Amino acid sequence: MNSLANKSLVSINDFTQEEIERLLDTASLFESNPPGKILDNKVVAALFFEPSTRTRLSFESAVKRLGGKIIGFAEAGSSSVSKGESLKDTILTVSNYSDLIVMRHSIEGSARYASEVSPVPVINAGDGANQHPTQTMLDLYSIRKTQGTLDGLNIFMVGDLKYGRTVHSLLMALSNYNTTFNFVSPSELRMPDEYKLILEKRGIKYYEHDDFTDIISRADIVYMTRVQKERFSDPLEYEKVKNIYVLHNETLENTKENLRILHPLPRVNEIDRDVDDNPKAYYFEQALNGVFVRQAIIASILDVI
Amino acid sequence: MDKAKQLSVSAIKDGTVIDHIPADNLFTVINILGLEHIGNQITFGTNLESKKYGKKAIIKVSDIFFTEEEINKIALVAPDAKLNIIRNYEVVEKHKLTIPDEIEGIARCFNPTCITNHEPVKTRFRIISQKPLRLKCYYCEKITDEEHLTII
Repeated sequence: MNSLANKSLVSINDFTQEEIERLLDTASLFESNPPGKILDNKVVAALFFEPSTRTRLSFESAVKRLGGKIIGFAEAGSSSVSKGESLKDTILTVSNYSDLIVMRHSIEGSARYASEVSPVPVINAGDGANQHPTQTMLDLYSIRKTQGTLDGLNIFMVGDLKYGRTVHSLLMALSNYNTTFNFVSPSELRMPDEYKLILEKRGIKYYEHDDFTDIISRADIVYMTRVQKERFSDPLEYEKVKNIYVLHNETLENTKENLRILHPLPRVNEIDRDVDDNPKAYYFEQALNGVFVRQAIIASILDVI
Repeated sequence: MDKAKQLSVSAIKDGTVIDHIPADNLFTVINILGLEHIGNQITFGTNLESKKYGKKAIIKVSDIFFTEEEINKIALVAPDAKLNIIRNYEVVEKHKLTIPDEIEGIARCFNPTCITNHEPVKTRFRIISQKPLRLKCYYCEKITDEEHLTII
């Protein structure tokens, strides 16, 4: 019984731990044993009301490699939204032409609303600062693939932990496991209290740091994010901290063999180029994993596994 | 019950008395119930002494009996309010208000980039805490607290 059949994926919290693990298993199967044209005769609509080249191409690649067709637009300017059409009308119209809608929108909650009005399932490919569940799924997949488990890991999250939606969703998903978190961020961009409260309630250990410390030698995963200048009310504060949260190859000396560096990309300068050749750098493979994970999600929802 | 209070409660023949409204929220309650738009006889008192709440307010409306949905709206700003249903000068029913687990179409999401503030979508919240009041938006998943609460 496929409990994901015909179900929308709006937030990572929509899926149970068991469903998440089953999806990761399916993605793993697809990676090792490509399933062929199982999306033959299926049409997926990719509605990107705001541009996101990387996510859109990953979805397109996932659909096309499985033999499906993809229709849609890459920015709102080339759709009827620019003529003032409501989201509801766009979704209802497009659902006539497709079996599944993948949407990206700058307005938070837009994907949840779309999933309510749409007769076909909706996959959220990012709604503003809110949710981006397929990113979380590919992060989980990358962690499990490189570590062999999701249980008992020491996860370092680095950079903008206040506004970064990827770290929040990943934290929520990993808090179902016996994880130890280390948060490394400037004081202005600390992990919000509401997430720390959830960890405390679930009995998960976490530690906060201003800097990469010696304990990075304990890390299994370092999840890097970008510290953006516009997040600081005082530009001087940014200047003070901007180089602290840059990962250099030398920082990785004396770290664990199994350590892997993850980053949701695009990277700007928070990971020095000298890290790229280190076997512990994993961010480009992480992006490739996104294709397998999206294939698994789409195939499960369209019930063609 | 002291005599003065008893008189004020039974001073209407038929209708509803809403007691134990926080004094600060009296006008919000009036606004929520749309009392300024009705022609019925209404009396209210505010800054009345209350042992439990310091200052409280009370509203008496003749010939009106509120629906559950209307009363839910009040529960957000007057969670401890008590409803007395009056028939023929007697209190025939008493209700305590309780904040429901979920509310629809009552409060506005404080997040300006939430879909409910951009398309005609009925707001939906899950009450994640009653004291202090914290509402989690079903759509954008942001939390609206008491300070930022606006009633539609």
